[in-house]
Order: sequence, then structure tokens, then C-alpha cells
Amino acid sequence: MNKLKQAAPSLAVMAVLLVVWWTTVWATKSVIFPTPWQVVTGTLELAKDGTLWMHIGSSLMRVAAGFLLAVIIAVPLGLWMGWVKGAFVTLNPLFQILRPISPIAWIPIAILWFGVGNASPIFLIFISSVFPMIVQTTVGVHTIEKRYLRAAQNFGVSRYTLFRQVVIPAVLPQIIVGMRIGLGVAWLVVVAAEMIALRSGLGYLIMDSRNAGNRYDLVIAGMIIIGLIGLMLDGVMRLLEGHKLVRWRYAH
Amino acid sequence: MRTKIEVKNIKKSFGANGTRLPVVDGVDFTVGDGEFVAIVGPSGCGKSTLMNMIAGFIDPDEGAIVIDGAARAQPNPIGILISQHGSVFPWLTVRENLMFGLNGHAQPDKEGLADHYASIVGLKGFENSYPHELSGGMLKRAEIARALVVKPDILYMDEPFSALDALMSLRIRNELLRILAKERHTVMLITHDVEEAIHLADRIMVLSPRPTRIQATFEVRIPHPRRLTSPEAQELRAAVLRELGVEE
Repeated sequence: MNKLKQAAPSLAVMAVLLVVWWTTVWATKSVIFPTPWQVVTGTLELAKDGTLWMHIGSSLMRVAAGFLLAVIIAVPLGLWMGWVKGAFVTLNPLFQILRPISPIAWIPIAILWFGVGNASPIFLIFISSVFPMIVQTTVGVHTIEKRYLRAAQNFGVSRYTLFRQVVIPAVLPQIIVGMRIGLGVAWLVVVAAEMIALRSGLGYLIMDSRNAGNRYDLVIAGMIIIGLIGLMLDGVMRLLEGHKLVRWRYAH
Repeated sequence: MRTKIEVKNIKKSFGANGTRLPVVDGVDFTVGDGEFVAIVGPSGCGKSTLMNMIAGFIDPDEGAIVIDGAARAQPNPIGILISQHGSVFPWLTVRENLMFGLNGHAQPDKEGLADHYASIVGLKGFENSYPHELSGGMLKRAEIARALVVKPDILYMDEPFSALDALMSLRIRNELLRILAKERHTVMLITHDVEEAIHLADRIMVLSPRPTRIQATFEVRIPHPRRLTSPEAQELRAAVLRELGVEE
């Protein structure tokens, strides 16, 4: 009941927007721009013949592959850069230059290197999510409170214990923040990447619907589905923040 | 009494914009094996700097610290530091925190030993709790237990009870005395609380304002359990306060 109360204002705003949309389309007698109902029927049509699930599946698969690859590279690299000053001084300037380059700018190079198959969008997702995760992990190591490192030093534990029981658990909340940012960017980028050449994915669905007969109902359906899936992915990452291994960070 | 810690004329200054700010200016004393020494001084006089040098976290500019006859450079488990802010790892449970220091040891039953010390400090039943589920007093007990479990020769305590309320502080001090009566540790305590020093210590050293040196030393010859309201305790308290420049 309380949750419903909290959600009420935002649901009301969405309802108002829907009404404005519907009346505007109705008043202007637009033949191309669809009404909300046309978007719903278009979505159902795609869901029925199965193409909707195929597109969603392709997009998610590409995001999973690129994102996991980025996690595998970024976390150890970020830990290393955070712990070893020389590694930080050497690599950080390079990453700071690469980081602001929009993944979209990489598209021509991705096509040149990897062609128009699955590898190109996976590469673009990797490029887009690896830098924020490296940065967050490095920051995580740099912000470990001194008193904990000193306590570990005092007990004279091995390097292995120091890493396993102090450094990694201390940095884990920051790693998860990085993963949340990384996954968010990855989802943005997969759609952009799929607009180029592929024959599947939500980005392809949008471009194809426009090119093949101005099906703007499907364009908007694709957009809304992208938004909802993005929200769900963020929700999954939020669940990780509640895990008992990192709950100490948010317990105050 | 055998000598445990020798502090040999240590000096420390910190640099700021080319000027040197002397903080510790020639401190020289020894601590006997099993002795409890309290160091009191005005705030900001360099007490913590002094303790950090003795525990090995900072190097002195001059002088040396000798433990058991050997010069000591790095911190090690022979002497465990318990600091004001606490350093119980928030991501480990009480039991995991207590077992942390045992990692290198060839101890057969680490868990049993950890639980034993948890119960000694009154944390029985909280072995699986995380620090954020504990109160300030319990957290301090966990920190003390984590230090005791590695059986250190020396406990360095840097204002360990200053974040606790008066009642909790008194309670934990009594428990500390009870534990120390059973397990012999050499203790160095830094505090700004004169009553705490009189309650616990065999000897009280008063530091001067910065740059700090030892200004006065008092032997505390009152037998345990001590009553802070007794005339001799009150007299000692007045004498220490006088050294600190506070008249009553």
C-alpha cells in the first residue's frame, strides 16, 4: 500500500503524458505517428510471431558477452592500478584519454576490424563498459581507509590474506558501482551498434521498422522495451548492492 | 623486572612549506615486562605520533625503539595497536575478524580460539554478527579480543575508550583489568583521561605541550581493585592535573 502511494505521482505523470500523446495524434490527424494503442497492438503482433523475443535475446546476448569480457579485464586491471602506483601512473593517462571517446565513434573501426557480425557490437560494448569499471575499481582501492590497511600490517598477514580478506572486500562495493555504470552504458551502446548492419537486436528492429514501411508503432514499441529492459538490468545490479558481502557499506 | 620496551631519545618533526614543525622532542623511557604504562598529555601534543613511532607505523627522525633488546623497524604482531577510531573490519563477521590475525599461525583450532576470546570479552552469541550490527561498546570489545587472540606481548592503546560513554568506558576498563590479571601483557596506554590512567596504570607519564617531552612521572602504588574516590587516588589525580596545568 505504501509502495503504491509512493509510485502514484510518477504513474500519474506517465498517464498525463499518454493522454497528451493520444490527443495530439488524434487532433493533428497524423497518419505516420502512432497512437499508444497502435503501439500496443504492434508490440503484440511482434510478440505473437516471436520476432520480439528473438530481438530481445540477441541484444541481451551481445550485452552479456561484451560486459562479462569487460568485467574480466577491468576488475583485475583496476585492482592492480589501485595497488601499484607505477601501474597507475603509467596507464591512467592513457585511459583518461580513451574514456571520453564515445563508443559510437568506435563504430567505423569496429566494422573495419570485426566486420558486421556479432563481434562488432560486442567489441563496442566492451569498449564502453571497461573504462568506467577500471576507474571505479581503482578509486575503490585508493579509498580504502588507512586504519584497515594498518591493522592488516600490524597482524603481519601474508599478501594473499591481505588481498583476500581486506583489499577485495573493501573494494567490492565500488566494483559493483562500476558494474552498474558499465552495464548501463553497455545497454545504451548495444542499441546504437545494432542500428548499423546486423539482422537482429532491438536497435535493428527500430531501424528496420522505419525503413520497411514507416512502422513507427514498432519504432516506439522498440524504444519502450529498451527502456524497460534497461530498468530491469539496473534493478538486478541494485540487488547485488544488497548482498551480505557489501551490505556493510550501506548499513549506516 | 625485565625491560620490554626501550624508547631511546626519539625525535620527530613534520615538514610544512619548507618549515619543520617539531612534534616529539627527545622522549626517553623504558617499560618493564608486564608493566602497564599510561601516557597523558594535552590534546594535540603529539601523543598519537609518539605511539605510532613506538608501534612501528612511523619512523622517528632520531633515536630508536628497542623491543626485547632488538631494534624494531616495522609493525608486527608482537605489539598490537588498538586505536581510537577502531579498525575492526566491517566486511568480516566477529569470528572472521578474530581469526584474521591467526591466518599465518599453525593453530589447529582457530575457530575455537576465536570463539574463546569472543566469550572472554562478553561477545558470546555474536560470533556471526557483522560489526554494523554491534554497538560501540561491543565493537571495542571485538577489537580488544582480536588483539588478544594473537597473544601479543604488548598492547598499544591509543585513546581506546574515548569514543565510549563514561559508563561503558568504566565497564570495559574493569574487564580489561580482569583479563590482564589472567594474561600477562605489557600495556602502553595513551589517554587524555587522568582517571582512566589512575584506574589502570602502574606508572603515569605526563607529556608537555608540543614539541612534546616527558614532563613528569608518577608511580601508581594503589592496589587493585582501585577506588577512584579514595584519598590517595584523588591526591594523585590532583597532582597529575597540576602537571597538565589544571588547578582544581
